[in-house]
Amino acid sequence: MMKMLKLVTCIKQVPMVSELPWDPRTGTLKRNLADGMINPACRYALEAALILKNTYGAEITAITMGSDIAEEVLREAFAMGADRGILVSDPKMAGADTLATSLVLSRAVQTACADFDLILCGCHTSDSETAQVGPQMIEELDIPGVTYVDRLELDGRLLRLQRLSDNFIETLEMELPGLVTITTQRQAPRYVPLAGLQDAFTDKDISRLSLEDLDLDPELTGAKGSPTKIINVFSPTAEKDNIIMKGSARKIVQQLFDQFDDKIGGAIGKDIKDYQESQ
Amino acid sequence: MKDSIKEIWVFGDYRNYFQNRVTLQLLSRATELAKMLQAKVCAVVFGDQVDEWVNEYIAHGADRVLVIDHPDLKNYKIETYVNLMIRLIGKQRPEIILVGATNFGREFAPRIAKRLKTGLSADCVDLDINDEGLLVQTAPSFGGNILAQIITPECKPQMATVRPGTFQEIPHNYERTGEIVRIPMPADLPKERVHLIFSERSPQRSQRIEEAKVVICGGRGMGSKKKFKKLTELGELMNAEIGATRPVVYANWIEADALIGQAGKHIKPKVLFAFGISGAIQHTAAINNAEFIIAVNKNPNAPMMAMADIAIVADANQVCTAMIKELKVRIRG
Repeated sequence: MMKMLKLVTCIKQVPMVSELPWDPRTGTLKRNLADGMINPACRYALEAALILKNTYGAEITAITMGSDIAEEVLREAFAMGADRGILVSDPKMAGADTLATSLVLSRAVQTACADFDLILCGCHTSDSETAQVGPQMIEELDIPGVTYVDRLELDGRLLRLQRLSDNFIETLEMELPGLVTITTQRQAPRYVPLAGLQDAFTDKDISRLSLEDLDLDPELTGAKGSPTKIINVFSPTAEKDNIIMKGSARKIVQQLFDQFDDKIGGAIGKDIKDYQESQ
Repeated sequence: MKDSIKEIWVFGDYRNYFQNRVTLQLLSRATELAKMLQAKVCAVVFGDQVDEWVNEYIAHGADRVLVIDHPDLKNYKIETYVNLMIRLIGKQRPEIILVGATNFGREFAPRIAKRLKTGLSADCVDLDINDEGLLVQTAPSFGGNILAQIITPECKPQMATVRPGTFQEIPHNYERTGEIVRIPMPADLPKERVHLIFSERSPQRSQRIEEAKVVICGGRGMGSKKKFKKLTELGELMNAEIGATRPVVYANWIEADALIGQAGKHIKPKVLFAFGISGAIQHTAAINNAEFIIAVNKNPNAPMMAMADIAIVADANQVCTAMIKELKVRIRG
């Protein structure tokens, strides 16, 4: 008998608001000040895993790296249909860039689900948007992988994928085990039923993994294991001496078109000056 | 000694007009960085019959081009391309590698950086050289309201990806000469495990938004999906392309390829209309090359309004409707 398909989704808790204070000393976000949610693209990755589970039968392990509160996103993953939750948490992992993060997550996959068939990640996070962790996990694990995937179907051990990449619609194939990153284009994630959410807080256990459990050298993780250093953060100021217009929409628009006919009319290639008034 | 001359590499992505443009833009910035660093600019080109691009890259500022020209490289293959790049880097040890933040570049560059255990910053909006001769990579960061300056002090090469449209390409000069180094395709590459079965060009928008003279961008301040659709009508009257912010794309008011921002498209129109956009840096980083900005927002203190040449304090939807009405009267024939 074929063994049960083993899927892993790596999910990240991201701040629900985009305007958070940052620590000017370290250049990092004060994440503890925000409510967290599952990163949107990670939610799509989880949905893609759930569809595979419904179609072929599978066990889904959700893994997240973060502080204790990141447990919430694992509970939400349970409520959506994940079977196992792994929280990778260790103060020594703080301040990691994508190189260190991809190492820790890869090691966590190998520790918690060594016989995985497919890892599904979101294509990027909403808080840093580097889109680098997925591709770097592909390298770390030395498995075939494809980024920005919209559709996937399984034919035995062969995974057929479709994606839109640089204006080409591509169909690709690779053998399992592998890794894909999923876009937010296709299958919208399912809603979490409230009852399911309640069960998720009581029924299922979350396993915790520390650096020691992962047998990782602390020098290779967190800020120490990150080759990039932030030397400065700033808010871009682009204040201009601008013209402010107020009043009724109609008046504003007439004034705008009359005064800036050369700019606007020039760009759109049409004359928008109101001749009736000017004649 | 020739070996001690530092090099800045630019990955030559030439597959389409837009990917080729980002390569030329990176070459342009690389020549400026090279002056500060007393380094040379080197383009790296993989493909099948790519002489056209080799010559173009020299005309746009490359001092040297490394070429691997082989029928097997006709289509971009991720593992093969990574393996080839790693071998070249191992032999030649460039100081800096710049890659266009195309979909391919965003897959390719992180894998190179991982293999070399070096740093990589994504979607830089500026690149500079500091007093220590390090590459200063300015990139939007942390939830989209700040820019971070990032360095990679201890690892080489220093790597960055840059979105198309961030830098201006320099005019070509076909009188320029450069060294062309032809490298044979290695016979011992690991077998590619990801197979391209089929590829077709996706249907194009009528006018590409990156090149559009007039762009109308809408944000959540438009109010609803139905109201947002009015921007399309306005766009038709103005020969304008329609763009959107992240929340609008997430709310499914418009398809994802309309996203203007760090993870979407960068634009440089002559006139940009910003309707109901607050102005998170993830969005504004992608529009700072717009020549003339007209922003409409109920909140006069929104960051988008401070960026605008004309700040209209009003309801975005109402102004949009008024513009449609007014243009229909004014545009004759």
